Amino acid sequence: METVYYLVQNMLPVAIPLLLVALGGMFSERSGVVNIALEGIMLFGAFFGALFVLTVQRSSLDAQTILILGMLVAAFSGWIYSLLLSFAAVTMKANQVITGTSLNLLIPAVILLFSKMTFNSDGITTNISFYIREIPYLSKIPVLGELFFQRTYLTVLIGFAFLIIVTIVLYKTKFGLRLRACGEHPHAADSVGINVYFMRYAGVSLSGILAGIGGFFYAVGITDGNVSGHSGVAGFGFLALAVMIFGQWKPMRILFAALFFAFLRTLAYSVSLIPFLDNLGINQTYYKMLPYLATMVVLGFTSKKSRAPKAEGIPYDKSQR
Amino acid sequence: MQNKHASNRQFKFSFHDLTHNKGFSSFSSALMAIFLGLIFGFIVMIVAAPENAISGFSYVVFGGLSRIGDVFYFATPILMTGLAVGFAFKMGLFNIGASGQYTMGMYFALYVGFMWDLPAGLHWITAIIAGMLGGMLFGLIPGIFKALLNVNEVITSIMFNYIGMYLVDMLIQGNAIMYSSPTSRTRYLPIDAKIPSLGIPGSNVNLGIILAVLIGIVLYIILQKTTFGYELKATGYNKHASDYAGMRGKRNIILTMAIAGGLAGLGGAFFILAPTAIAGSSMTYEPINIIAANGFNGIAVALLGHSHPIGIIFSSIFISHIQRGGTLTSLVGYKPEIIDVVIAVIIYFSAFAMIMNAALSGFIKNRLLKRNAKSKDSEPEIKEAG
Repeated sequence: METVYYLVQNMLPVAIPLLLVALGGMFSERSGVVNIALEGIMLFGAFFGALFVLTVQRSSLDAQTILILGMLVAAFSGWIYSLLLSFAAVTMKANQVITGTSLNLLIPAVILLFSKMTFNSDGITTNISFYIREIPYLSKIPVLGELFFQRTYLTVLIGFAFLIIVTIVLYKTKFGLRLRACGEHPHAADSVGINVYFMRYAGVSLSGILAGIGGFFYAVGITDGNVSGHSGVAGFGFLALAVMIFGQWKPMRILFAALFFAFLRTLAYSVSLIPFLDNLGINQTYYKMLPYLATMVVLGFTSKKSRAPKAEGIPYDKSQR
Repeated sequence: MQNKHASNRQFKFSFHDLTHNKGFSSFSSALMAIFLGLIFGFIVMIVAAPENAISGFSYVVFGGLSRIGDVFYFATPILMTGLAVGFAFKMGLFNIGASGQYTMGMYFALYVGFMWDLPAGLHWITAIIAGMLGGMLFGLIPGIFKALLNVNEVITSIMFNYIGMYLVDMLIQGNAIMYSSPTSRTRYLPIDAKIPSLGIPGSNVNLGIILAVLIGIVLYIILQKTTFGYELKATGYNKHASDYAGMRGKRNIILTMAIAGGLAGLGGAFFILAPTAIAGSSMTYEPINIIAANGFNGIAVALLGHSHPIGIIFSSIFISHIQRGGTLTSLVGYKPEIIDVVIAVIIYFSAFAMIMNAALSGFIKNRLLKRNAKSKDSEPEIKEAG
């Protein structure tokens, strides 16, 4: 039981960035824009979030307040960065994959450049701990308290809150309906008076906000508040895309997909702590490959009947009706 | 066409023909993207350290000329990965997995170089071919997943970048003949496993660049002159139409990805099998779990070269040139990473440079037409040009 608690407690901070970023990717793709720049947006958000933490960490602010403020900073910077994608992909009708790739290439170089010039290091190192030993009252609930409210980060709770909000926005609001229409049949949406360009900007912007937050949460929950231009977010943006496809562009399924990958990754990094796996004597590198191999296998089984938004990846051109 | 009208509407028609020529517009839009990227880099330099900006920038633009051998050496791997990305792109496949294929190719080449005992003239050739096979393997798998299981090749090949990275690093670290723990790098290759040097003093440049350029030309011929190339491009333009015309789309996807992988694998082999300027040494690889940058630079090269094999040859040399120049900027206190920023900006702009270019040339043309309107009749081409 101790092992299960341990795995869940360590899995959730990993799952939340994947969840948020995949939800962001979902918004973007549901509006019809393939957002391969998630990796770059995450790193951008993480960088500014960490920069904010670095500047305020000496002040008297409480760690959790800093986390929430840092989250807002990351969300804002993620949004700004995503505008570069929406400008190229929606306004200039450029190839969305190429633009996304260039945005991914840009940000690690910028971070390395900036950090080497300012701090003479590869990134930002903060020394504040966001770790929560136990949340008062809630942690006393039997089993659940131990699973979700002990030895965790505030990011986990915020992440689940976002999941609920996203589900409501996508399925229960006029905005969500219109957004989905733009990803399925933009010309039809346009003909009933929906501004496709605006909705696509909105979709990409939401993905920027969520990916920025996801990137910051990655830095908080996985790299201990530090951001490096070299390792970046270790492919989490791309993994989030896989999570999104595995989750069939639906919020609840995305949650389970994110948990699945986070579980495998946590397993890979805690092999030595689990006696059963440790005794098998398999090289730990195989476990590190496991999330990626599992992605391949899972996608191989699910992609045949994949339900991607029909108009994703195609720039909307009014005159082509 | 140009000559017919040359007598009375000389200027306008040459302009019209030029801007409507596909090769020219790719070239000019690439130039425009490069120009904007360099300007951006210059601005960054001014912000960082204004007093050295001019000398730093001149290093970026001209610095590579003083190290021409190295420019060609470092152009070799990105030329190959550029071809790997561009070739797949012709078919509408985005081969973002060039890094993984490159890494696998490098490992296979190293393995043959270290572990096999072959006659002198044959050893490096075998190692290169092994590298190609290694890359092919990692191109083939995403190709099969795409063709048979409809898995997006972008996701698959990214996953294979990570799988390849972990796998190769693990295999190298576990092999005492290849890996030297004290230096935490691979050892120097046996002499006959190294590609013959071109003998430019002070650089690693070797026969690889010549082979790479030849491969680029062969690819151009394949794309332009063979049925396979035609089918490939047709599938890239319109998948459904080519299916309807009876082209075997699935087979072509697998074949294209395998060839692309092989090209990237060759890049890895060319890079690692190089002799260095110091006698007896060779290039070494450090397994530190970082995805090969040359794969991603290949994407930049391919995009800048508009996926055209000949364009890719030139763009790889250009990118390598400014990268070498970028390392020289450290002489005046800048960080070489500035070049990665410049390259990313160039790609960002090149993604819509074609559109900007068309708009710009339309604008200039309209201006010229207005100015000449008194002496000329109205032009039917104006509409389609804008």
